[in-house]
Amino acid sequence: MLILIAILKALVILISVVLGAAILVFVERRLLALWQDRHGPNRVGPFGLFQLPADMLKMIFKEDWTPPFVDKIIFWLAPAIAMSALLISFAVIPITPTLGVIDLNVGVLFFLAMGGLAVYAVMFAGWSSNNKYALLGGLRSAAQTLSYEVFMGLSLMGVVAVTGSFSLRDIVIAQKDVWFIVPQFLGFIIFFIAGVALTHRTPFDAPEAEQELAAGYHTEYSGLKFGMFMVGEYVAMVVVSAMLVVLFLGGWQGLSWLPNFLNPPPIIWFMAKMAFCIMIFILLRGALPRPRYSDVMIAGWKVLLPLSLLNLLITGAVILYV
Amino acid sequence: MEIAFYLAGFIAVLSTLGMILSRNPVHGLLYMIVSLLSVAMIFFTVGAAFAGALEMIVYAGAILVLFVFVMMMLNLGDTVMQIEKTWLQPRTWILPSLLSVLLLSQLVAVLWRNHLPAVGHVVSAKQVGIALYGPYILAVELASLILLAALVVAFHLGQKDEVRESIAQ
Repeated sequence: MLILIAILKALVILISVVLGAAILVFVERRLLALWQDRHGPNRVGPFGLFQLPADMLKMIFKEDWTPPFVDKIIFWLAPAIAMSALLISFAVIPITPTLGVIDLNVGVLFFLAMGGLAVYAVMFAGWSSNNKYALLGGLRSAAQTLSYEVFMGLSLMGVVAVTGSFSLRDIVIAQKDVWFIVPQFLGFIIFFIAGVALTHRTPFDAPEAEQELAAGYHTEYSGLKFGMFMVGEYVAMVVVSAMLVVLFLGGWQGLSWLPNFLNPPPIIWFMAKMAFCIMIFILLRGALPRPRYSDVMIAGWKVLLPLSLLNLLITGAVILYV
Repeated sequence: MEIAFYLAGFIAVLSTLGMILSRNPVHGLLYMIVSLLSVAMIFFTVGAAFAGALEMIVYAGAILVLFVFVMMMLNLGDTVMQIEKTWLQPRTWILPSLLSVLLLSQLVAVLWRNHLPAVGHVVSAKQVGIALYGPYILAVELASLILLAALVVAFHLGQKDEVRESIAQ
């Protein structure tokens, strides 16, 4: 019986993450339109709500064409990795005190490992397509990954050092009095930048820069395979937002100084914080231009890596002497 | 847990074989990634979750990305597969496989006599850290020295040599 409930919980979380990611496609278009003084998709159904099912139907029934010059196995593998790598890492995220798939004692590392594997989707797609635009996209993605992955891991180590555990549940519990965004503000900023780079969204979307590279690494993809890349990007956004909430914004914990009747249940807190992070992601896309990818690498190695080391040093010193 | 251990071991052996035998370099790297992931899985099943996670992050997530990156940069295509075909003659692989069989028989003999348990106790990240900065501090320092040397060399090679350029002009 317990096993059944656990499986049910995991399924509900899985389905809501995938559905949420799909709905985000629509939400993003509407929000961007709002911020840029346009209407956005508002014709299909009330408020344009049926735009998403219409797009999905189109994508599912479109011919899924595999070009003859591609490397088939890797070409088919890439969208599966794009969709699943970060989706799996949502399993370690504690949503409320009772909701969550697993409480891994190396949760933070598991997320980093899955984030590291996610890059293969872009690289394999770029290589197997046998297309120079796709290859350039894959190359940029690899170069970008090598530069952000190091400081992404290091920026989290401050949080881990303060908590004394890699378990995300312990990290949330450790933020009972004050959210880690206050003592670990530098770590938060660095992880946020790395998180945006992990999702390959603007301003770090050089791998799919449409002005220079057609559609970048997924130029040759069509139909549902392209859809998987697209939903994979939004899944990445959801997972990174959830990680931001868990690591720096107190997870399910509310503000303890609020009166009781103003404190909604933990799940509402978690969802609200996550929605806030996702909105920031979307706003970034509407606001920032894209730097050249060599500039991204220089900023990563020469600015953010030293900063994250400094953050770790200060955190270590404070833990030792306070 | 033991089933997972043996399954991961089986996949590790198969994918490593695939890595050696595949002619396409990127397919070989894909096999190598699978092999590293299954080794990480073995670490997980014997209780060394920290080592397993590090294996995934460092090897599968970073070093192999670099390998694939280089393969993509070179983008060698069919010529390499032709070359690989000429490389894998029976003459070249007989001696290495004989040596590997020797090693394997040694390993089997050791396992046969001692009956090493497949499932150990759980080792936490803290214990790993204490061990590394306690009895193994010298090894850690030496490893960091090697990395520092590599860093200096890479920095030197990547630098624009202004003196040499001015002489050339």
